[in-house]
Amino acid sequence: MAKDQMVMYEEEFNQIQLVVDKLVKDANAKVVFIVDKNGQLIAAAGDVDNLDTTSLASLTAGNIAATGGMAKLLREEEFATQFHEGSKQNVHIQLVGNRVILVVIFDSRSSLGLVRLRVKKASEELNKIFESLLKKVQEPGADTPFGEITDEDIDNLFND
Amino acid sequence: MSFINYMAREINCKIVYYGPGLCGKTTNLQYIYERTNPSAKGKLISLATETERTLFFDFLPLSLGEIRGFKARFQLYTVPGQVFYDASRKLILKGVDGVVFVADSQIERAEANIESIENLKTNLAEQGYSLEKLPFVMQYNKRDLPNVAEVAELRELLNPTGIPEFEAVARTGVGVFETLKAVAKLVLTELRKGGG
Repeated sequence: MAKDQMVMYEEEFNQIQLVVDKLVKDANAKVVFIVDKNGQLIAAAGDVDNLDTTSLASLTAGNIAATGGMAKLLREEEFATQFHEGSKQNVHIQLVGNRVILVVIFDSRSSLGLVRLRVKKASEELNKIFESLLKKVQEPGADTPFGEITDEDIDNLFND
Repeated sequence: MSFINYMAREINCKIVYYGPGLCGKTTNLQYIYERTNPSAKGKLISLATETERTLFFDFLPLSLGEIRGFKARFQLYTVPGQVFYDASRKLILKGVDGVVFVADSQIERAEANIESIENLKTNLAEQGYSLEKLPFVMQYNKRDLPNVAEVAELRELLNPTGIPEFEAVARTGVGVFETLKAVAKLVLTELRKGGG
């Protein structure tokens, strides 16, 4: 299963953070976050202090998974974009490179058109970053820091 | 598929509770949620029907502490047990790092248990996983009920390969943390091999 391993390094994380920080400003968004398809939060920007981003990440991934399941039944490759319209806030969800999910939460200070436009640009940048990240992870010698954990390390986790 | 985040110094792993309808998967998560220190857990999310049957999944994020300078975080998911929710079960297995099979010990649920474990194997195979290679533990739940099968019988039916197994009463918490610890240990051991 090593081929599926998701790893985030400091260099790529910083590049990704720059993209999401910029997207918050450019799209007049409240919050932008990136989740992998398994529901792990990768990066977030904007007004995230009072937001349960872990739960949102898991639900977003569930949402994308369900939509992907629908697409398969309809013989569509993927529904890459979703839009949820609320009375005060809206959510724009974009699948990037079939690998990660870019979520933008915005209110009346922005508009769907602007968000779509900015998301498109950001998606292209993110795609490049994740492609190079993937290459890095697959390089031989990209080992895990857990190769040397001992039974004792593991047992210590459970000493209540 | 575990997620190692060097930036946040975190390792994230996904554990899925699988089993037939009404076997107690959600009850396991509810007990863990109730008994875990608030600083170590996130919200318990349940996507359920009005009659509290799981519709899509339950989700509980847990932090178990630090290992080699990395925060060990586990995301616990349940699947909907009812047979007709198979499409949803497949989705939840994506990226799984460890599986807990919750068996309903009642004699009349023997067939449902077998059907569910076969379904687990099929759905894992579709994703390119095999149960033999995944961290996997067995929980015989509802041991407090009067009409339960002997553990030896359940073992013969559901656990012929002798994976770690636990007797449980999820409602009162018997065996719940033992099961969780066992699967978490197996997942971390797998990481050491570089498999995660």
